[in-house]
Amino acid sequence: MSGDHDHDHDHHGHDHDHDHPHAPPQPDDKVHSYYQILGVALKELLIEKGVVEAAEVRRQIERRDSITPANGSKVVAKAWTDPAFRARLFADGNSAVAELGFEMTTTKLVAVENTPSEHNVVVCTLCSCYPRDLLGLPPSWYKSRAYRARIVREPRAVLAEFGTRVPDDVAVRVHDSTADMRFLVVPMRPEGTQGLREDELAALVTRDSMVGVAVARAPER
Amino acid sequence: MTRFSAGERVLVRDDYPPGHVRTPVYLRGKTGEVLRFFGEFDNAEVVSSGLKGPRKGVYKVRFRAVDLWDDYNGPARDAVEADIYEHWLEKIA
Repeated sequence: MSGDHDHDHDHHGHDHDHDHPHAPPQPDDKVHSYYQILGVALKELLIEKGVVEAAEVRRQIERRDSITPANGSKVVAKAWTDPAFRARLFADGNSAVAELGFEMTTTKLVAVENTPSEHNVVVCTLCSCYPRDLLGLPPSWYKSRAYRARIVREPRAVLAEFGTRVPDDVAVRVHDSTADMRFLVVPMRPEGTQGLREDELAALVTRDSMVGVAVARAPER
Repeated sequence: MTRFSAGERVLVRDDYPPGHVRTPVYLRGKTGEVLRFFGEFDNAEVVSSGLKGPRKGVYKVRFRAVDLWDDYNGPARDAVEADIYEHWLEKIA
């Protein structure tokens, strides 16, 4: 990592000559919160009791981390270009995304469409429900108390803070994910994208546009 | 099977039982419009305690923002939509 250091890294004593004042901070130096400690304790107990294996926990974390918003972008781009797929996506989200190889089984995927008269935005005021199986882990702001409290109370002000101004003749629909449904916003297809391929369209579909705090990116001219 | 139909006006029970409840406090005692029936789901209030119980219908209900917040600063068409378990909903006569 620090290739400019020529001292021996096999020992951890501090008696050798340092060209930096102290060791760089490590990611695990932070203080863990009560709930983080509770989580670790629970995991260790489950492993100790033989309910789960450490490798299984690791595999699941690895699988979770491999899911990215690019999956959702492909879904939206296909819905933009294939009317039959679009109809299937709105009728049954889980089956439609399964056609593209995305497995979503524990929650019901509900696609909601932005139109010239409606803008959709998603929240979970209770916790942090999010279409994780399709988009991966939610951004930290999505889990923040400020976003969760304010998006239902003053959605237009929050959207403006994200740089998204919704005109007064467009209704804002805030979807509070309070049960087993997970919402995917299908943003409006930007102007000037007629000639683009599906993969080029997918590049315009950002994570935030699928949560509804932004619109899809405009194509480069 | 479905107790409410799309377009029907409903009232969310103004009740505060202990435990894991998925009906947000800001919607309790508020009226909205049923948009659709999502099907029957495990009741999170029971499942969260490790118990089994009958599945409950879940409805998508739309609440006008101006009905939720007295000082809402925005168009009357703005709304919050939430997924509400049937035992939290009452018909409005």
